[in-house]
Amino acid sequence: MPAEGSGPLADVAPEPGVAKPDPILVVDGVTRRFGGLSAVDVDHLEVQRGLITALIGPNGAGKTTFFNVVTGFDGANSGRWTFDGRSVGGMAAHKVARLGMVRTFQLTKALAKLSVIENMKLGAVGQRGEGFLSALVPTLWRVQEREIEARADSLLERFSLGHMRGEYAGSLSGGQRKLLEMARALMAEPALVMLDEPMAGVNPALTQSLLEHVKALRDEEHRTVVFVEHDMDVVYDISDWVVVMANGRIIAEGTPTAIGANKDVIDAYLGTHHDAPLSEAEEERVLAEIEAVIAKESASD
Amino acid sequence: MDWGGIFENTLRAAIAKDAIVFALAAIGLNVHFGYTGLLNFGQAGFVALGAYGTAITVDYYGQSLWLGVLATIASAVVFALLLGVPTLRLRTDYLAIVTIAASEGLRLLLRSVTLGDFTGGSTGLSGFAGDFYSINPLPGGRYGFGPFRYSSDTWWMLTVGWTLVLLATLLVWALMRSPWGRVLKSIREDENAARSLGKNVYYYKMQSLVLGGVIGALGGFVNAVATRSVQPDNYGTAITFFAYTALILGGTARIWGPVVGAMLFWVVISFTEGVLREAIGNEVIPSSFMSTTQVGQVRFMLVGLGLALLMIFRPQGIFGDRRELALDAR
Repeated sequence: MPAEGSGPLADVAPEPGVAKPDPILVVDGVTRRFGGLSAVDVDHLEVQRGLITALIGPNGAGKTTFFNVVTGFDGANSGRWTFDGRSVGGMAAHKVARLGMVRTFQLTKALAKLSVIENMKLGAVGQRGEGFLSALVPTLWRVQEREIEARADSLLERFSLGHMRGEYAGSLSGGQRKLLEMARALMAEPALVMLDEPMAGVNPALTQSLLEHVKALRDEEHRTVVFVEHDMDVVYDISDWVVVMANGRIIAEGTPTAIGANKDVIDAYLGTHHDAPLSEAEEERVLAEIEAVIAKESASD
Repeated sequence: MDWGGIFENTLRAAIAKDAIVFALAAIGLNVHFGYTGLLNFGQAGFVALGAYGTAITVDYYGQSLWLGVLATIASAVVFALLLGVPTLRLRTDYLAIVTIAASEGLRLLLRSVTLGDFTGGSTGLSGFAGDFYSINPLPGGRYGFGPFRYSSDTWWMLTVGWTLVLLATLLVWALMRSPWGRVLKSIREDENAARSLGKNVYYYKMQSLVLGGVIGALGGFVNAVATRSVQPDNYGTAITFFAYTALILGGTARIWGPVVGAMLFWVVISFTEGVLREAIGNEVIPSSFMSTTQVGQVRFMLVGLGLALLMIFRPQGIFGDRRELALDAR
């Protein structure tokens, strides 16, 4: 953790929606509703370039939905957002990824019946051999394929997966899959890496190595990282900035120290409804709504 | 019992017309299901279009055979697009429902009275195969070796058919070792992962559906010229399920899986039928227990039993890798 009072965000006020000196991702008025439930309702959020931003919040706060919406995996009901100055609102997920915003998943998506090295090679963008006709002419893509393989091998070594290169990805342990997914995302040379719970289900011995890898993304490769995490020790350890979500809204942001002292955050985590992320009245209302719809449909049958 | 005759018939079944047709249908399914994970239950529709594309072009419009082959390919492409545009954005099981319905719908359309002028209704068409056999460069007469003695025209059909099988296999092999094939396999494993790495999943699924459909349609073309006729009821859903059987028998996502699977499927069918007929003819099975007219049904029961046993003892098929199945269970 950088010392307080230094770094590009030292002078940024710790308040929700605050402007940053050099934002790579700017989100404006994004909402995502499921029926009556407002899963995401973010007025304004800026993510500073080249730093590690943690997104925290209780279960059901809308962190993953927010990830899905921003990366194009889910549609927003309203709102605009730009990545690196380009509007990406409503853009298809694969196009967002090609622009350099690559995400990983909470439930790891290792491509089980592909070997580890094939998983890695898939991650490279702009492959000439991925066209139907050019695929039939190996001379068009063989050189590039070798370059990709070399890059994949060096990444595998860095992530201590070199010895598994020929194995099926499905035979990796949970922690190794997390590593593979992160390494595979790096094959796409992303400017912004969005990690959805990278430490979930990883044994403590591997957690430290994963943390070092995340730090290296910032320190050695100058990539921007946004990650969702529950473990506050991890958050304090590696993040430069923390954004707190609850009930779909951003309730606080600031440096880790500022967040640790924030009363709203403590309420959100430990307050009256710390194990009931939705208020019960809210939940009952949604349930009643669903039941009404079902009743209406069965009546019309 | 005439075991020699049974074995000769069985060997012939391995390279006969049906093996070609189902090899092509199964190669197409291998692209769809084996490599891309698309649950296409309408392969019979592609095969039917392949047969009728040629038959209608030549018989009704009086055009050349070459134009007929082009129509076969074009109609498969159009059918794939029609099926794919609405369903490929949805989950895979929707594709299964839509394809099985579409292929049955297509069959009913082909046998409808309204379209009778084009399709010949339920009797089908037959006056189109002349061109195919008139370009036969092989010497006339009847010749061959061992059990494989055929007329010149049959040799010509077998040559063209197996050439198509080899070309389709070669094409699939070339594509699946390329980065294009890697994207297809990644979609089969997890399409959201592919999407998160910048792959246009919808576009690749569409290409896969078209490619596999066209290969299946070539199977229909072979069936049409080999039998010199097309009848709508020969293109029921059984084609789809037999093709799946052949594919799984050989091993999914294996280059030679569908070809060897199709050959083996017809070998087993022919062998079972031969043995049953001989056994009834020689009173090994008393005619009070089973008659020769029941053999057609009983052979499928026995084959079904055999396949069930295969799935228990060798679920990965002939060429498959058992480790892959273990991965699915994780």
